[in-house]
Amino acid sequence: MSKLSEKTAALLSEGTVKLIIGYEQGTEHPRPAFCHTPEDCERLIFNDECKNNLGVYLTKKEIIGEDKIAVVGNYFVIKTVIQLNRENQINLDNLVLMTVDGDEVVTFSSIDEMQQYVDTHEPAPNEKVLAAIEKIDKMSREERWAYWKNALSTCVRCYACRAACPLCYCNRCIVEDNCPQWIEPWSAPLSNMEWQINRIMHMSGRCVGCGECAAACPLDLPIGILTKKMGIDIKQTFGGWKDGSVLSTYSIDDKENFIK
Amino acid sequence: MEENNNNFEPRIIAFVCNWCTYAGADLTGTSRIKYATNVEIVRFPCTGRIDFMLLLKAFAGGADGIIISGCHPNDCHYTSGNFHARRRWMVFRDMLDFMGIDIERIRWSWVSAAEGAKWADVVNDTVNKIREMGPYTEYKKAAKFLEEEKICHE
Repeated sequence: MSKLSEKTAALLSEGTVKLIIGYEQGTEHPRPAFCHTPEDCERLIFNDECKNNLGVYLTKKEIIGEDKIAVVGNYFVIKTVIQLNRENQINLDNLVLMTVDGDEVVTFSSIDEMQQYVDTHEPAPNEKVLAAIEKIDKMSREERWAYWKNALSTCVRCYACRAACPLCYCNRCIVEDNCPQWIEPWSAPLSNMEWQINRIMHMSGRCVGCGECAAACPLDLPIGILTKKMGIDIKQTFGGWKDGSVLSTYSIDDKENFIK
Repeated sequence: MEENNNNFEPRIIAFVCNWCTYAGADLTGTSRIKYATNVEIVRFPCTGRIDFMLLLKAFAGGADGIIISGCHPNDCHYTSGNFHARRRWMVFRDMLDFMGIDIERIRWSWVSAAEGAKWADVVNDTVNKIREMGPYTEYKKAAKFLEEEKICHE
């Protein structure tokens, strides 16, 4: 029995938590696992292949219930918890956050500890995405328009990108608003684009960069590039903006070279 | 200048704030300053209220250019509305540009209630610029894609 399984099983048998969310081996890749009994915990694994952002469950009461739970998450889950806490979406008293660092099982007791872990364990950026951004940046404006129009034209609007995103937690999404109808609900070149623009704008400064939106896309649309690009832009414009809430605050010294 | 575009008259939508630019535009009128008539003004309580979707809707609805204007920094009627808006535009501009939407067609400006002459300049400037650029057909084409598809199949 691994250290992780022992530790999590102990949490359940002590009665500290009612549910543990972690990763188990799936058919091809690790997948999220929900453990309700100590025996379930034997299935838990943790390695570099564990990519799912388990933070997505934390805002869904119908899945996690009202009881205290534990989550064994990767780097991005920790980042998500920090952001969700900042937005007052989770109750940290009801959450035990753990991760596996090398052989050690780490349990976080405060946001500061999580922040420290996040600051020191940043994974290498996805070279493929960076290369794609560079390629698009080099295009002319007309080419970029043609690229995105074409790339998003196959979107079937399944909203898997929204469902997989831990920070897309609105009860009523703008695409479900029909009075006024901001975005046409059917798949069409413009509404597909408008949907992505909305998604990215609502994510701006909040996105943790886990890439789950792109991973969840059944058509493999390059939507991960958009969120990544937004992150890069915000880093460039606002520097190392730490508190995450770029658009809910302001600075008197913001640049305004485009306002004439 | 109209040779290339068959007397193209641009359609400009202006999103302005109630407290400064709308009053400024009013002053332009009461001062009897003549300016281009291509602009349709939409009044908002504050620049902070101007949702980015409204810009996209304007383009989809046939606008060739957009003017966004409000109170100068530190003059906002609601203290910080224009600061918040400015920050949103900074992010929005970068993203529109990355997606290939023509941000040159969007004119941002601060026009106070006393700057009637500046408002006339902003409008004339924008109209001239858009007239040179021509109609924004690529965006309209995307917006009308489904309607046109139907015609093709019939």
